[in-house]
Amino acid sequence: MQNRTLEIGVGLFLLAGILALLLLALRVSGLSASPSSDTYKLYAYFDNIAGLTVRAKVTMAGVTIGKVTAIDLDRDTYTGRVTLQLEKRVDNLPTDSTASILTAGLLGEKYIGISVGGEEAVLKEGGTIHDTQSALVLEDLIGKFLLNTVGKEAK
Amino acid sequence: MSVDNAYAVELKGVTFKRGARSIFNNVDIRIPRGKVTGIMGPSGCGKTTLLRLMGAQLRPASGEVWVAGQNLPTLSRSDLFDARKHMGVLFQSGALFTDLDVFENVAFPLRVHTQLPEEMIRDIVLMKLQAVGLRGAIELMPDELSGGMKRRVALARAIALDPQILMYDEPFVGQDPIAMGVLVRLIRLLNDALGITSIVVSHDLAETASIADYLYVVGDGQVLGQGTPQELMESDNPRIRQFMKGDPDGPVPFHFPAPDYRADLLGKR
Amino acid sequence: MRRKSLLERIRLFGRSAIDVVAVLGRSCLFLLHALVGRGGIGGGFQLLVKQLYSVGVMSLAIIVVSGVFIGMVLALQGFSILTKYGSEQAVGQMVALTLLRELGPVVTALLFAGRAGSALTAEIGNMKSTEQLSSLEMIGVDPLKYIVAPRLWAGFISLPLLAMIFSVVGIWGGSWVAVDWLGVYEGSFWSNMQNSVSFVDDVLNGVLKSLVFAFVVTWIAVFQGYDCEPTSEGISRATTKTVVYASLAVLGLDFILTALMFGDF
Repeated sequence: MQNRTLEIGVGLFLLAGILALLLLALRVSGLSASPSSDTYKLYAYFDNIAGLTVRAKVTMAGVTIGKVTAIDLDRDTYTGRVTLQLEKRVDNLPTDSTASILTAGLLGEKYIGISVGGEEAVLKEGGTIHDTQSALVLEDLIGKFLLNTVGKEAK
Repeated sequence: MSVDNAYAVELKGVTFKRGARSIFNNVDIRIPRGKVTGIMGPSGCGKTTLLRLMGAQLRPASGEVWVAGQNLPTLSRSDLFDARKHMGVLFQSGALFTDLDVFENVAFPLRVHTQLPEEMIRDIVLMKLQAVGLRGAIELMPDELSGGMKRRVALARAIALDPQILMYDEPFVGQDPIAMGVLVRLIRLLNDALGITSIVVSHDLAETASIADYLYVVGDGQVLGQGTPQELMESDNPRIRQFMKGDPDGPVPFHFPAPDYRADLLGKR
Repeated sequence: MRRKSLLERIRLFGRSAIDVVAVLGRSCLFLLHALVGRGGIGGGFQLLVKQLYSVGVMSLAIIVVSGVFIGMVLALQGFSILTKYGSEQAVGQMVALTLLRELGPVVTALLFAGRAGSALTAEIGNMKSTEQLSSLEMIGVDPLKYIVAPRLWAGFISLPLLAMIFSVVGIWGGSWVAVDWLGVYEGSFWSNMQNSVSFVDDVLNGVLKSLVFAFVVTWIAVFQGYDCEPTSEGISRATTKTVVYASLAVLGLDFILTALMFGDF
């Protein structure tokens, strides 16, 4: 009956809408099904986080193992505190691992790279990475370069 | 209850205003029970407004509208919808629901207000359609019907719930003589057969006078006269006489109020 | 025309200001009556399904077609700019973010106002002018519950779904142009997109936007129909008003919502 086609049409429409949401979630935003309990938190203090943003990825040997969830200023040390959320399966980071802010390409986005240290003890939930390397600030670099040249001329 | 049982509808001192303009001024109308009452008057005098006041679709500025023992303007929105189940209205255009066929149009009030089984609804709908002579048209859509047939279907829908009061808004406008004759007969027939109170609002003098037991003539926001058709015909009130006879000029002037003709023509711009 | 005195002008201005306030109040009461209170009659679900069909399903074609084309244009434009900086693989991220945050909700709402909104206004206005609404009232059925409420709900439900479908087909159209035609590497197209699009911040905020638009557009459309002058000029004027007011409301609200959602970073 005519009523039947109408109902089927509406049903298909609703399904298409739900399918669209699913596609947006899984395919477009890359939302993984794993809940957040499969992650743990680490902190890292940087002298300069220039350009790093929340949701930037955290990599190790080029493999993404987590993301930045928060960035704020530590009032006592005047350094930038970055909160990292790492996957549980990477639970064997030595306490003296190094975190550095890197740039993808010359002008690309900033991300955090972690290189492994040598200690026996591993970082636990809420632990802090002490060995950090701040972002490379182009202006500073140019400044240094200029000073160097000026210094040489004066000699 | 202060309602006299001989009257189905009573308007007491009703004043209705649209903006600053007053349409009705302290009007009293009583509609006798079980009779056909005609409400007549020139176009634009607010006859339809009067009907809407009786159906409580409009609220008077002051006064009381008593229908079936209830003063409508004092009722809450939901009580009002209950009260309207006892009234049927035949609108000027028929007002059939254009997305439903004839059968569903007539069945609509039954489906909404009753929990009757499908077979019984079918029986009632067929009976009502038989009464207006359109039982053969149940599968047609409203836009496949002629104007007269639309009104008859609307009539069948209006009587679907067996109302106590049936109101007709300009039922004779734009009808060919045959359709008009059919409607006149139907109104009288339904009134007598079902024992309902009929209110016919119209400016078609001959037809209304031929079926009405009692007539009201309204104009200028007042009731100009009332009585049986015969009494009104013999009335010596010049305004009623002008209306009943259809004279072009009289107390209701041919000219819209204007400044003096001569002064207007010769006057400076 | 006769020249008006200053006092007269002020009085006219005041009166029209009061009229605007009155319309606002009336439309709020209208919404309240339609959505709150006694549910009215059985078969409400059937009515909703019917309206979902005429409001949602009937708008699907225009939404899908415009979505594909807008996605394709975005990819083309984005590609031509991004190649200058050698970062054409970011075209996926650009297309997705533009669609999810802005064009999806906004363009869908505008198209919806033109397609479904004007139809709603005309339909209800027509019912009013043919006395179908009065007739319902006299049968003892509240037209606000029977006619207006299902249409409002159908609009509220349809528009967010349409906006999501719009974004998905837009992204698909963009990927078709970028990957299959312009030769962007497929892997980096999608991974760039997935890295930069956040489900909560971008997808859900976009859906939230379209929910707000759905509310406003449907409200305006249905109210204009219900409140119109019951003549053919009145209906055509109301239909125009619906499209104009709804479009302006969508664009204005979009600015406010964007400032609230994406402003602080």
